[in-house]
Amino acid sequence: MNSRIGYIAFNTFREAVRDRVLYNLIAFALLLSGAAILVGQISIDIERLVVVNLGLTAVSLFGVVIAIFIGIGLVSKEMDKRTLYTVLSRPVRRWEFVVGKFFGLTGTLVVNTFFMALGVFLALLYVTHRFERMDVWVLVALYFIVLQFLIVCALALFFSSFSTPLMSAVFTFALFVIGSLSEDLRGFARITHGVGGWIATAIAYGVPNFSALNVINQVAHGDAVAGRLILYNSLYALLYSAMAISGAVLAFQRRNLK
Amino acid sequence: MSATRRTNLVALAVLLLSVAGAMVTLHSVDQLRQGVVAQQALYVRSSNALRRMSLGYTGLLADIYWTRSVQYFGEQHHNGSGEYRLLAPLLEITTELDPKLLPAYEFGANFLAPKPPGGAGLPAEALALIKYGIEHNPNQWRLYYNLGFLYYTEFKDYAKAAETFKQGAALPVTNEFMPILAARMAQHAGEFETARMLWMTTYQNSTEGPIRQNAVEHLVALQVDEEVTHLEQVVEKYREQTGRLPSSVGDLERAGFIHGTPLDPKGHAYKLMADGRIEVQDPEKIYFITKGLPPGAAPPQPQAAKADSK
Repeated sequence: MNSRIGYIAFNTFREAVRDRVLYNLIAFALLLSGAAILVGQISIDIERLVVVNLGLTAVSLFGVVIAIFIGIGLVSKEMDKRTLYTVLSRPVRRWEFVVGKFFGLTGTLVVNTFFMALGVFLALLYVTHRFERMDVWVLVALYFIVLQFLIVCALALFFSSFSTPLMSAVFTFALFVIGSLSEDLRGFARITHGVGGWIATAIAYGVPNFSALNVINQVAHGDAVAGRLILYNSLYALLYSAMAISGAVLAFQRRNLK
Repeated sequence: MSATRRTNLVALAVLLLSVAGAMVTLHSVDQLRQGVVAQQALYVRSSNALRRMSLGYTGLLADIYWTRSVQYFGEQHHNGSGEYRLLAPLLEITTELDPKLLPAYEFGANFLAPKPPGGAGLPAEALALIKYGIEHNPNQWRLYYNLGFLYYTEFKDYAKAAETFKQGAALPVTNEFMPILAARMAQHAGEFETARMLWMTTYQNSTEGPIRQNAVEHLVALQVDEEVTHLEQVVEKYREQTGRLPSSVGDLERAGFIHGTPLDPKGHAYKLMADGRIEVQDPEKIYFITKGLPPGAAPPQPQAAKADSK
């Protein structure tokens, strides 16, 4: 990574921390410790399941919300504050600015996820008193969640490179919802024929596939995740993010900043 | 006092009063709408619709529905209403959202099957639930155990119980009691021993306090039933030999039929009644007993417990 991208990424991370983004960790810690203590009182025999399901769902949803709400403001905020012009007046290219912002935001989310993962494992230790071999798969689920963040960050950045913050949030959130139902969408495409079938297939393969990145329930039961799925999901997330970031760069290059 | 400080104090007072007032009002609303919340959850009865609404986070939703099932059962059981019409749909949604949620089958079936007040009195629904569980988790011996248990306790279908225990015994990971239970069911022999083995298996394979306590209470009840049966047989032998009923337990001891005064598990001596029946001293303290009760008395049941049907 060239140093200019690195500086922009680091500053994006620093700005997110300054904006108190990591405060969500407090809410997360309260949620998880509350669940770990309370669930034994109000339910039967699902303490571990709840910690994994609730913990990973919260990691995922908190992260997606952060990715959307920070991602959509990355460009517009710099324009509103006029700091973008200062940055671009230096020897920084537009694409470097976009890529740097992307890495800064994903870095913030990785740090956030790291602390949340610590919380999940501590809660797990509290309810089960020891780690088991199957807990390794929780790490895989967390890795998939990070891959999910890569895509959401890239999409938020893509929309924010040509749209208003509000519309970017709507578009990104809509794609997150549709992408979470993408397996249903592909099932629907398979049973539709003719032109409708072609359109449905195009949409089904065009929207991000978040379904395959959600293995929370599977790992909650201690089921293994196939090595090939890890490989394919990694490739898919990288390619889809690259696609969205390329789109963001193209849109931002053409954007009239005057 | 400065104007700013005065404003702050007034605002703080209003804030505290509003919080307290809102809580009191909410409590009144809850009182007014008791039971409505659980019912509202079932406005969405389709697990497919719920799955889509959850955006793929079905595990958490299944955990929530399972907790709702436990709470619903506990509440109805506590109220003693005997009305459990939402229990089966709640469990159905739970297991359709997460077909691998084993506690929902194991405990759910035992909420559904026993007759009220111990359970919902819906053995057919319990059977369907466990069968659905086995369909999706064919290698879980516990589900075969629960199904066999159900056939034995609720349907008295020894052939099916034997077949189910046999299937469970053939699994790669199983319990040592499974083949023995299969054989006992097939022979339909040793009722007390079989029942004791079932409750022992339940006790040993559960980590839940209320479930283990319930198993202990059933084991105690079995001991009482067995001892009362034995003592009544002894009384009958005494009558055959002497031509009259014993006037006290001491008569049996003096005649050499028993050694010492027999005590129930709570430490009280068994009572010999004038008609030769044996009764426990305090039937309300020993749950689930079917013998040793006054004529016409129903087996005593523990009150309101989270999961005391098994």
